[in-house]
Amino acid sequence: MSHLRVDLRQRAEELVALYPRPRSAMLALLHLIQEQDGYVSPEGIDEVAELTGTTPADVRGTASFYDMFHLEPVGRYVVGVCTNIACLFAGGEELLAHASRRLDCAVGSTTDDGLFTLEETECLADCGHAPCVTVNHRYVRTTTPEAFDAMIEEVRQGRRDHEIPDHGTLVRVRRNGGLRVPDEVIVAERAAAKAARARRLEGAG
Amino acid sequence: MNGRAVEAAPGELLIDVAERAGTYIPRFCYHPRMEPVGVCRMCLVEVEGPRGSTLQPACYQRVNDGMVVTTDSPKAKKAQEGVLEFLLANHPLDCPVCDKGGECPLQDQTLTHGPGETRFVEEKRHFVKPIAIGPLVLLDRERCIQCARCTRFAAEVAGDTEIAFAGRGDLIEVAPSPEHPFTSVFSGNTVQICPVGALTATPYRFAARPWDLDQVESTCTQCAVGCRLAVQSSGDRLTRVVGVDSDPVNHGWLCDKGRFTLDAVDGHEGLSDPLDPRARVTSPLVRRDGALVETTWGEALARAAEVLTAAREVAGGVGLVGGAALTNESAYAWARVAREVLGTEHVDAQYGDGLDPRRVLALPGATIDDACAARVVLTLCGDPREELPVLFLRLRGALLRPGRDLVELAVGPSALHALATVSIPVRPGDAHRVVDALLDEGRAPADLALDDDARERARRLLGDGEGVVVVAGRTNLAEDPAVVERALTRLAEALPRARFLVALRRGNVRGAIDAGLAPGLRPGRVLAAGGRDTPAQLAALREGAQRAVLVLGDLVGNVLDRPGAEAALERADVVVVTGHGGATLAHADVVLPAAVQHERTGTVTNLEGRVTAVVPKVVAPGAAWPDVAIAAELARALGTDLAMDSVVDAARDYESATGYPALSALLDATSEGRVAGSPSAPVARRPLDPMAFPGIRSAEWVGLGESAGNVAELAATAAPPLAAVTLADLGPAPVPEVPGRDAYGFALRIAPRLYDHGVAVTGSPPLAALVSPAAARLHPSDLDRLGLDTGGRLLVRGAGREIELSVERDAGVPRGVLEVAFGALTDTGEGVNALGDPGAVLTQVKVEAR
Amino acid sequence: MAVLDAPRIVTSRLALEDSHTLARYLATGGYEALRKALSMHPEQVAAEVDQASLLGRGGAGFPAGRKWSMLRPSEVAYLVVNGDESEPATFKDHLLVERDPHQLVEGVIIAAYALQVNRAFIYLRGEFALGLERVQAALNEAYDHGALGRDIFGSGFSLDVVVHPGAGAYICGEETALLEGLEGKRGFPRIKPPFFPAVQGLYGEPTVVNNVETMSNLPWILLHGGAAFAALGAGRSTGTRLFALAGRVNRPGVYEVEMVKNTFRDLIYDPALGGGVPGDRPVKAFIPGGVSAPWFGPDQLDLPLGQDEVAGQGSMLGSGSVVVFDDRSCAVRAAWRITKFFSRESCGQCTPCREGSGWIERAMYRLEHGGGRVEDLDLLLDLCDNIAPGLTWPPQQTTICVLGSSIPSSVHAAIEMFKDEFLAHVEKQGCPFD
Ligand SMILES: Cc1cc2nc3c(=O)[nH]c(=O)nc-3n(C[C@H](O)[C@H](O)[C@H](O)COP(=O)(O)O)c2cc1C
Ligand code: SF4
Ligand code: FES
Repeated sequence: MSHLRVDLRQRAEELVALYPRPRSAMLALLHLIQEQDGYVSPEGIDEVAELTGTTPADVRGTASFYDMFHLEPVGRYVVGVCTNIACLFAGGEELLAHASRRLDCAVGSTTDDGLFTLEETECLADCGHAPCVTVNHRYVRTTTPEAFDAMIEEVRQGRRDHEIPDHGTLVRVRRNGGLRVPDEVIVAERAAAKAARARRLEGAG
Repeated sequence: MNGRAVEAAPGELLIDVAERAGTYIPRFCYHPRMEPVGVCRMCLVEVEGPRGSTLQPACYQRVNDGMVVTTDSPKAKKAQEGVLEFLLANHPLDCPVCDKGGECPLQDQTLTHGPGETRFVEEKRHFVKPIAIGPLVLLDRERCIQCARCTRFAAEVAGDTEIAFAGRGDLIEVAPSPEHPFTSVFSGNTVQICPVGALTATPYRFAARPWDLDQVESTCTQCAVGCRLAVQSSGDRLTRVVGVDSDPVNHGWLCDKGRFTLDAVDGHEGLSDPLDPRARVTSPLVRRDGALVETTWGEALARAAEVLTAAREVAGGVGLVGGAALTNESAYAWARVAREVLGTEHVDAQYGDGLDPRRVLALPGATIDDACAARVVLTLCGDPREELPVLFLRLRGALLRPGRDLVELAVGPSALHALATVSIPVRPGDAHRVVDALLDEGRAPADLALDDDARERARRLLGDGEGVVVVAGRTNLAEDPAVVERALTRLAEALPRARFLVALRRGNVRGAIDAGLAPGLRPGRVLAAGGRDTPAQLAALREGAQRAVLVLGDLVGNVLDRPGAEAALERADVVVVTGHGGATLAHADVVLPAAVQHERTGTVTNLEGRVTAVVPKVVAPGAAWPDVAIAAELARALGTDLAMDSVVDAARDYESATGYPALSALLDATSEGRVAGSPSAPVARRPLDPMAFPGIRSAEWVGLGESAGNVAELAATAAPPLAAVTLADLGPAPVPEVPGRDAYGFALRIAPRLYDHGVAVTGSPPLAALVSPAAARLHPSDLDRLGLDTGGRLLVRGAGREIELSVERDAGVPRGVLEVAFGALTDTGEGVNALGDPGAVLTQVKVEAR
Repeated sequence: MAVLDAPRIVTSRLALEDSHTLARYLATGGYEALRKALSMHPEQVAAEVDQASLLGRGGAGFPAGRKWSMLRPSEVAYLVVNGDESEPATFKDHLLVERDPHQLVEGVIIAAYALQVNRAFIYLRGEFALGLERVQAALNEAYDHGALGRDIFGSGFSLDVVVHPGAGAYICGEETALLEGLEGKRGFPRIKPPFFPAVQGLYGEPTVVNNVETMSNLPWILLHGGAAFAALGAGRSTGTRLFALAGRVNRPGVYEVEMVKNTFRDLIYDPALGGGVPGDRPVKAFIPGGVSAPWFGPDQLDLPLGQDEVAGQGSMLGSGSVVVFDDRSCAVRAAWRITKFFSRESCGQCTPCREGSGWIERAMYRLEHGGGRVEDLDLLLDLCDNIAPGLTWPPQQTTICVLGSSIPSSVHAAIEMFKDEFLAHVEKQGCPFD
C-alpha cells in the first residue's frame, strides 16, 4: 500500500522515470512527501526507499543533509528570515528578533497554534531586497517590521494562500510528458542524427 | 619518499607503500578492506606536483613512477597535528570511562603526536550518550570522529545500509532509521573498526579494560567458513572476540553469532539442569533410578564401556552420530574408536541435514578465493547470509566487481539475490530437473515453469564450466538430499571445468568427514563399505537392529524428526559426549562432559578444506575433558590403547597415517592454514592495519607467538599424500522419485537461520533475544491468492500435524512454496519442524487462511 | 563615470512584464540562435564559444570553451547546469531563472548540441520555488514548440532536459557535490582527481557543469558571433557580466556591466548602478566576489572588474557578488557571520573544515559578544593556517573541496585589515559598534 495519495504516487513514479537511475529522484520525492505530510514522515521515508531502491536509513540520512527537509512536523507556514551578510547589513538579525517576538515563538520552533515555524536561514539569493523573508519558500519581500506584521496578518487570514501554497516546493511544478528515453533510443537517435547532419551540411556546402 | 627510493606497483596506495617501507602514516578513515574515501585528512603528506608541492591524503593517493613524497616535512607534520587538534576539539576526552580507552587509535595518536594542552576553550558539542542503535551496538555521538568507517562497512561491505550518516557538518551523526534499528548480522564489525569509542558492543560494555585482557588467535567454529579471530579473556572469563584479517578467509570480518556467543561457553551460574541447553555439563553423569546423577570419570567410563561392550557383541549393534562441531583431532580419535574399538561402520557426523559426504569430497573443489575470482558463480544453496555469513560477504564483494555474474538457482530468499544476473526459481524436489533443463537442449518440462530467456542466458553464462564455481549446499531440510546430490553430480559431469565450493554449514563438518566420521569413509578420505547414516541409525534403533549409540553433541535438537529420534533413543543405550546441556540428555545413560570452543586445542577444516588451528583461551569448567582425552580413555576402558594421549599425538598420527595436514596446521597456529589435499604452501601472514585490529597489542603484528604453548616446538612430519575420491568411484547418483504435486498444496521448505535454537544462540542472552518467532513465508502472489498479508494467520497441515503460523510476504520464496525456519517455535511452543515429513522426497502441506 | 554603452546580453528582457513566456521570448528573437546553431557543425558552435572566451560565471572563472573541449569522448555524456546559487550575496541567477527562463533553456540546447549530449539537467536550488515553476513551464513550452525532445526543429538532434530541485545545501553548488545531489545522495564533494566531471561525472560518465549565467550568454554569442563577445571587455575577461551588489549601497541589485571597462568604484557609486553609500559614508572595505573571497579595502576601489585584475591583487571575482562595508559595519561581526555560514554549510566530510569552521565560529562569536582575548587573534590565524596552510591566495588545501580553504578568507582578511577593531572588541568585551 502506498502511503502517498494516488495522484502523488503517480507523480512520484513519473519523477523516478525521468532519470537514468531511480535514486536520482530522491530529492524530488522527498519534496513530494513534504507536500503531502508537511514533513518527511517515517512512512514517507519507507516509501521513498522503496521507490529509489535504497534503505530507510539511507533516505533519512540523505534527507537530513538538506535544510529544506524537516524530519519533524512543522507549522503550516515556515517563515525564513535571512541573517547572512547582505541581510546582516540591512538589519536581518533585528528583523528575526522582531519576528520571534511577534510570532511569540523561538527561532527554530513552531507557534502553539501550529501555524508558523520560524527559521533563521542562510542567504536566500534575494539580497536586493534585504533583509530577505520567505514563507514556504515564496519571497514575500517584507523588509521592515511593519511590513512583516502586515504580511503575517494576511497569511493568518488566508489572504496570501494563492501565492503561498502549502509545503512542497514542487506543488506547482508540472511536467508535460517527456519521460525518460531509453539508452537504446538515444544511441539510435545519435547515429541517425549524425548521418542526417552529414547529408544536410554536405547538401548546403 | 623522504629522500629514499621506494619500489611499488603502479596504482598502489601511498599509505600502504609507505607502511611497507617502514613509514607509518597516521590515519583514521582508511581501512585496508574498504575503498578509501580520504575524508579524515589525518594522513596528509606532501606530494610534489606540476604546481609545487601540495598536501594529499596518502590513503587516497595512488603512487606512480617517480613520485616525490615527503611524509615528515614541517608542513605535513603541521597539517597532521592540526587535524588531530581539530578532532580533539569537540571530543569529550572521557577515556577513563570509555571501553576503548587503552586500545584507542585516537588516544594513541594523541599521546604520541598530540598537543599536551588544549587550545579549545569553547563549549563542546553535546549529545545524549550513549544510545542503542541496535540490539548489540551502542553509539556515543560525542566520541564519534565522523570517519565513516561504520557507515561504509554497512553500505559497502555488508550491503545492508541500516546505518547512515545523518545531518551535515559538525552535526553529522551515525543513525539508523528510528523505525528500523541496526539489526544486521554483521553489526559487531562496526564496533571493531570504529577507531574511537563511539560504537561499543552491548555485551562487552564495561566488561574489561584492554590491559587486563589476554588473547590468542584461533578459528571460529560456529559455521564452516572458519573465520580467523582473536579470543580475549580477562582472568578465566571470556570477554571478547575480534576478527583477525585472514586474506583467504574472512578479511577481518565476523558475524555477530561468532562474535557474541561467549556466554554459551562461560555458562550460566546456577543452572544445573542438564536438560537446559543454556547449562554447561561440568561433571560426568550416569543414570541411576531413572535420574542423571553426578559421578566420577572412573565410574562413568566404566558404565559407558559396559553399555558399549554389550552392544558391540551384536552385529551392527552400535553406532556413532554427531561430531561436526569438534576438532579434527577429536573427530579422528572418535573415528578410530568407532572403527577400531567398537568395530562399527555406522558413523555419521551429520544429523541428516547435510549431503552425501562421499559426493562432497568427490566434487572438484574450489576455495573461497576461487569462488571470488570466478567469472560466473552458480548457487544452489540456502541463503549464505543466514548459513555462512562471512562467505556471503566475500561473495558479495566479488560479485560487485565488473564482469562477474551470478546465476542463482533460487530455492528461497537469499541476500545474494540482488546481485544475480539470472535467477531461476526452484521449488523443492525440482533442483535436479531444473539443472537438466539448463544443461540440455530442447524444451523444458512445462511444470518447471522455466523462463526461456533466463534459461538461455544461464546456459550461455555457464558455457563448459570454465571459470565457473558452483556454491552448493543443502537447500531444504524437508527435502531428500538426493535431489541436490543428483543436481550437483549432473553439473559436475556436464561442466567438466567447473569447480565446487560445497557450503555445508556446521562448524567442522568438513573436517569430520575428512576424519572419517561419515558413513562410507575412513579417516583421510578413504572409501569404505557403507555404514548407516543418522536417519538410518535412528530407524535401526527404533527397530531394535541397533542397540546402542554414542552421541557427540545434541542430537535431538538438531534433527528434523525429533519425535522419531526420541523414540529411537528411548529404546537404546545412549552414551553422550557433550559440553552443553540439552534435550538429548533426557535419554542418556552416561554423559561424558567435554570441553567446547575456546577451551580446546586442535585444528578445524573449513568448507574449502582449509585446516587452521583452534587455540584454547580458557580452561574447561569442572571436570570437563577435551574430546581427544575422552576418546582415548573410553578406548582404554574398552580394552584398546590408541596411543593418543594428547592432541599432538592425535594430530601426528592423523597426519602420518593419512597425509592430512593436521599436525602441520597445529604447529603453525598463526598461519592462514593449509588446504587439505592441495599442494599450495601455507599463505604468509601480512602485516595488519593496527586500526583494523583494535586489541591489546593493537600496533603489533597480529600473531599467536608464545601463547601457542607446548605445541610450538614440535616439527611437522613427512606425510603420505592424501587420498582422493572421484565421482567415477561413486557411480551415478540415484535419481530421486518425486511424487506428483497437489495443485492446492504447497511444497514445504525448511531452512536454517543464523539465530536459531542451537546452544550457541540459546546460551547467549544477547543473541537469544534476536531469534525471530516462527512464521510461514510465502510468495506475494500466493498470499494474495489466500487473501492474506504479512501478519495474517495461516493453518498449516503437514506430516499429519496442524500448526497455526503468522505469515510473511517474501518475494524470494518461489511460488507454490511455504517456507519456515528450522527449529522455530510458535508462540505456543510448537516446533515447526514437525510439519516436515521425514524420509519423503519432498513434503507437501495444506493451508487454510485463518 | 561607468561605461554603460555595452549591449545587454543576458538582461535584455528582464524589464518586460511577461519576459518568462514563450510568446514574449519569440517576439524578442528567441530561439533564433538555436536555429542558427543547428545549421552549423557542433564543432563550429563550440568554436564560437571558445572564441568568445566566455569565462564561467559560477565562481571559478574557467573558460567554457576550454571546459567543453576537455569532455572525455564517450557514448553517454551529460550536461548539467548549476543553478544552486547559494553563495551569500549572490542573486543574479535567481533573476535569470525567474525572469528569462527561455534564454537559459535556449542556451542549454545550444550547449548540448555543441557537446552532442542528449540529456541535460538543470539543478536549481530548492528555495527557488518560482524559478522551478518558471523553468519547468519554459521547458514544457519548448517541448511543444519543437525546440526540445525528439528531432529538434527537424535537425535530427534530440535532447531531454530535466529540472532537478535542490533542497537547501550550499555545498551542492560545488560541482561534484551537485552531481551527488543529482544522483540522490548526500552532497559530499568528490575528490578530484579522479572525479573531474569532464572525465568521471554524473553516473561516472563525462559531464560538463556550467553555471546558469554562463548558459544564458550562449544565445547572444551564437547570434552575434564569438568575436563580437570577445570584443567587449579586455584580456581574458570578455563580454559583460552580472554583478550582484549588496550591503551598504543605495541601490542594491543586479547590474550587467562590461567587464574590465568599469571599476568597483563605478559599480558602487555610479547613479545608474549602486548609487553610492547611504549617508555618503566612506567605504571601509568590500568583498569583491562572494564570501569565499578575501576582502579588499578602499585602495582597491579603482581596480577594474576583470578576473585577472582581481586575482592579481590576491582575491577573486568569484560569483560576481560585491558586498560593501561602510565605516559603521563591524568587521568582526561580518567575519563571524560568514564563518557561521561556512560552519553551517560545511558538508562535514573533512576534519579541518568541519571542526575548524565550528571552532573559529565560536571563537569569533566570543570576540564579538564579549569574552574575547588578545591571544585569540594568534589562535585564529593559526587555526586558519591549519585549514589553508600558508594563508596564501589562491589557498592551499587540506580539504577535499575549496569550501574548506575558503573559511579562512574573511577571518584572515578581517584580522589583517582591522586588527585594531579586534583589539577594541577585546578591550570593550563586546562590539564597539553596538
Ligand atoms: C563551495 C562552492 C560553492 C559553489 N557554488 C556555486 C553555485 O552556487 N553556483 C555555481 O554556478 N557555481 C558554484 N560553484 C562553482 C562550481 O563548482 C563550478 O565551478 C561552476 O558551476 C562551473 O560553472 P561555470 O564554469 O559556468 O562557472 C561553487 C563552488 C564551490 C567550491
Ligand atoms: S572542505 Fe568542507 S565542504 Fe568541502 S568536502 Fe571537505 S568538509 Fe565538505
Ligand atoms: S584521509 Fe587518509 S586516513 Fe583518513
